[in-house]
Amino acid sequence: MLETGAVLPERAFRITRADLVRYAGASGDFNPIHWSDRVAAEAGLPGVIGHGMLTMALAARAVTEWTGDPGALVAYTVKFTKPVEVPDDEQGAELAVSGVVKKVEGGVAQVDLTVSAAGERVLTAARAQVRAG
Amino acid sequence: MPLDQSLVGTTYPPTSPYEVGREKIREFADAIGDPSPAFREPEAARKLGYPDVIAPPTFPIVLTLDASMVVLEQLGVQLREVLHREQRFEYARPVTAGDQLTCVVAVESIKSLAGNDILTTRTDVLAGEERVVAVWSTLVVRGEA
Repeated sequence: MLETGAVLPERAFRITRADLVRYAGASGDFNPIHWSDRVAAEAGLPGVIGHGMLTMALAARAVTEWTGDPGALVAYTVKFTKPVEVPDDEQGAELAVSGVVKKVEGGVAQVDLTVSAAGERVLTAARAQVRAG
Repeated sequence: MPLDQSLVGTTYPPTSPYEVGREKIREFADAIGDPSPAFREPEAARKLGYPDVIAPPTFPIVLTLDASMVVLEQLGVQLREVLHREQRFEYARPVTAGDQLTCVVAVESIKSLAGNDILTTRTDVLAGEERVVAVWSTLVVRGEA
């Protein structure tokens, strides 16, 4: 499956305010821009934004649920280009994650990821290197 | 006020050991909605060749965020002034339940960009002498408007 050109089919992940609270608790990242509209506004943001690390975790899920071994990552890098706004409603935000195997070298596959929310890329240079077997 | 450049190159003493527990891994896996049994059942993890339950790939941030607070404190920066810009993990193996991990944080660079400061830290996550994961975090510290 991890051959050059193989396509990771698009996955959708929903992120609600409740997910942010839960992620804050589990990760210990209590930065108030992830739960307080007031602090987010003071920081010049349109409203509460999701943890970049939650977006990164969900993109990793798309990769490891596709490849089957969640311990097989060799390296994983992202740039957080645009915040994910998470409105205070039932729908929250929706992330779309897809990818392609760019190359396989020395038993390691490089999966380049496309991660967007509301039609705009929120991560760039998102790349997972995965042991190919 | 720009950040104190003199901290570049500083390496901090190792943090006190963090024991990775199965239930903490489960809690983190639940928070990212990942149903993989390798995060929950030792037997499922063993089938994949691991000695015990493993942690999701981004789990090391639990340790490294905490470990790097010392840098923010020394720079006089509050978490709410910070946005995450880049993140990198390099894994020797997955973090595994039962690991006793320490973190060694180093300030790799502090740069100025359009009135903001860009801080990059590198944290080695160690089990004794073994480096399990190396973690780079780049943060934007917003300048005062």
